[in-house]
Amino acid sequence: MNPIYARRRRKDIVVRGLCIAAAAFGVTWLALILITLLYNGVAGLNLELFTADTPPPGSTEGGLRNAIVGSIIMTVLGVGIGAPLGLFAGTYLAEYGRNDKLTSVIRFINDILLSAPSIIIGLFIYGAVVVPMRGFSAIAGALALAVIVIPVVLRTTEDMLLLVPNALREAASALGLPRSLVIKRIAYRAARSGLITGVLLATARVAGETAPLLFTALSNQFFSLGLNKTMANLPVTINNFVQSPYAYWKQLAWSGALLITLTVLALNIGARILGAERTAK
Amino acid sequence: MAVQSDVIDDAGPYDRAKALSAFKLGDVTFYWITRLSAISVLLILGGIIISLIVGAFPAMQEYGLSFLWTQRWAPSADPPVLGALGPMYGTLVTSFIAMLIAIPVGLGIAIFLTELCPQWLRRPIGMAIELLAGIPSIIYGMWGFFVLGPFLANTFQPFMIRIFDGVPVLGAIFAGPPSYLSLFNAALILAIMVLPFITSISVDVFKTVPPVLKEAAYGVGCTTWEVVRSVVIPYTRVGIIGGVMLALGRALGETMAVTFIIGNSFRISSSIFAPGTTISAAIASEFAESDGLHQSGLILLGLLLFVLTFFVLAAARLMLMRLEKKAGN
Repeated sequence: MNPIYARRRRKDIVVRGLCIAAAAFGVTWLALILITLLYNGVAGLNLELFTADTPPPGSTEGGLRNAIVGSIIMTVLGVGIGAPLGLFAGTYLAEYGRNDKLTSVIRFINDILLSAPSIIIGLFIYGAVVVPMRGFSAIAGALALAVIVIPVVLRTTEDMLLLVPNALREAASALGLPRSLVIKRIAYRAARSGLITGVLLATARVAGETAPLLFTALSNQFFSLGLNKTMANLPVTINNFVQSPYAYWKQLAWSGALLITLTVLALNIGARILGAERTAK
Repeated sequence: MAVQSDVIDDAGPYDRAKALSAFKLGDVTFYWITRLSAISVLLILGGIIISLIVGAFPAMQEYGLSFLWTQRWAPSADPPVLGALGPMYGTLVTSFIAMLIAIPVGLGIAIFLTELCPQWLRRPIGMAIELLAGIPSIIYGMWGFFVLGPFLANTFQPFMIRIFDGVPVLGAIFAGPPSYLSLFNAALILAIMVLPFITSISVDVFKTVPPVLKEAAYGVGCTTWEVVRSVVIPYTRVGIIGGVMLALGRALGETMAVTFIIGNSFRISSSIFAPGTTISAAIASEFAESDGLHQSGLILLGLLLFVLTFFVLAAARLMLMRLEKKAGN
């Protein structure tokens, strides 16, 4: 083998090896995180976790019921407020304003909001909702989550609607269907699984969000369903328990973290399966 | 079949007019609902900027530009002394180290996935990397606090400190003592967090390379590495930079992953194994119990962070848009 070619081969093999090592590195982290989560979290999984409220300092009895319920309420509210807004906004971008100047501006701003630091959203809702309402509240937390949901849903809605072939819309229009019904009855239906994927991804994104809740919903040691009061939620409870000196609180934090991660991973995988179905069709 | 024309004549004109006006009303309503929803995105951005400026105004008046180069952070002093230098330094240093680790590894994974990996392994590995992006940041923070921090403080940090002891410059960067809470630990967690962003965008842009270009290069006898270096990377450079900037935007603003393990110290130390703080960590750990000028100072920090990430993310999007245009042609 001539020496130049041998050198090129060697270099190639080294780089290939490095790339494989990089992939192994990435997958190893995921495995490590999941294994430690499972190992530490499973120990605390029992019925009490779901039926008892968070314990006072030093106590070794209690669960996460109030935090779990609070998280569900705020996530549902946040997605309930944010998803329709994002859906309609995405519809405008894809259906009405395809060649609009406004559309390109909104798309650009939306892409920035999509990756804007979530703690900034928390500061925004603190200034816009918490201060005028004179107190931390669950509704402020839900609004903060909604602000995070909107860009995610908007982006996927627009992408999915743009994939719907124009011939479908033209055929519907030719039958005399007005524009709004073409969108609602034809475009939405053709893109349905994609739209659901977007909402699932957005739910997964906000289910574990902590930073925007830290000073909007705060947390609550007790069970509360009042939307105008502070409300317990899993992420902030974990945040408070991790740095506590109590072993039982740390155990609860691990269990809560396991619950959140499993929920988020299930939502993500569900969204991906739905999305894959779509491309397979 | 005979058509009962009298029925149609009776029902026709009336229903038709009614239906048309109902359609028209529905059309106009739906149009404006969607349009207003779209405009709400702009209102949110405006709201963020206005609320940050209003909240930060007292601190801006009090400290002016000196806020930017004051290192002291003493909110309980009378009057409080606040400076952004510590958090800004921490934000930039942790993001820089994170990108230093995540860029080569992320690109390596992308190259592996697009060029080397056997087909059947592509989906599972790609999926694993994307799931890494879905894990909430507080889980990373918690894991860093309980697992990674102690591990690094007992193994990696003493090792580096011993190696570089007495070496100029490097000796100061890797100075002891090892710590559970340090800038480096936070940076490593950030690197793991942004890795999936870099990888998934790189995979996407690598796929835009026309196969014929790669085939031509392979055809003249290039090795895989030469194809990647001389064809794939030059072709997708703008997109890769866009992806990297996007990841940088994430790293700059990441909160929960770093708050636990950075140590919340406002003092600037030359060593990356010393505790520090970032803008977002400072806000997360102090905001709920702050008031008055202290709170306003924290909001001003938030405003700085928002401006910084806004420009980084805007640059990222512009670059990715340029690539999209190229791919579309």
